[in-house]
Amino acid sequence: MGFVFPLIATLTVLGAVGAMSFRKSIHAALSLVVALLGIAVTYLGLGAEFIALVQVLVYVGAVAILVVFVMQLTRSEGGQGEGMAVRPAALGVGTAGLVCGGLISCVVLLPDFRTPWPEKADVGLARLGEALTGDYVVALEGIGLLLTVAIIGAVLIALKRPNKEETPE
Amino acid sequence: MAPLHQYLLLSALLFGIGLAGVLTRRNGLITLMGIELMLNAANLNFIAFWRHSPNPEAIEGVLLTMFAIGVAAAEVAVGLALVIAIYRRYRSVNLDEVDQLKG
Repeated sequence: MGFVFPLIATLTVLGAVGAMSFRKSIHAALSLVVALLGIAVTYLGLGAEFIALVQVLVYVGAVAILVVFVMQLTRSEGGQGEGMAVRPAALGVGTAGLVCGGLISCVVLLPDFRTPWPEKADVGLARLGEALTGDYVVALEGIGLLLTVAIIGAVLIALKRPNKEETPE
Repeated sequence: MAPLHQYLLLSALLFGIGLAGVLTRRNGLITLMGIELMLNAANLNFIAFWRHSPNPEAIEGVLLTMFAIGVAAAEVAVGLALVIAIYRRYRSVNLDEVDQLKG
């Protein structure tokens, strides 16, 4: 089983690099799906089966499909092959590399993170449900309210407004 | 299974890649995808720390990740609506052409 994590991690990183570097945006979206699925498999390996399912449902099932829909609705007239920014790309990549290098050096240099694999009680769906409807019911309601407000706001923002010339007065 | 620092390395790499995409790409949709990638890296950290924590009964790591995914979903809905609104106004999703807040 030791080879599974390096394989999945490599696939995830390659998918992420593709998602950020492909010229055609539809290729980037499909590459993002690979990265998100790789993260879902990593969750499975970590023993968080429910989160893996949520990841597939929300990210691969909803977010990726939504991104592709919006991509089709907003086909740029300047052609699909839009390139990197006018600002020097090396500057952006360098900044990101600096941040990433800082994080990696923290992880590698600090010995606290080399903890062994602990034995852990299985978190069943029943326990998760009890926690969500018990101690964390207010947070659950809050998320529900937030999603409702976000959807109403999204519809309002994307709504087609009548042109000012056409409105009377 | 893999020790904690390998998961942290993976998540640091994903965060860096997402940040590089956000900083360099002009397409608003690709920028949004980069933000999603960074949020996913944070979620991966939550789950990795939860799994390697000494308390075997704790369930908070999973719950926190679920709420983070919910907030991210709300953010994507509003972000994509903004992309559509920007496209209506400018006939483009190129962020460099979006230079005023006035609709």
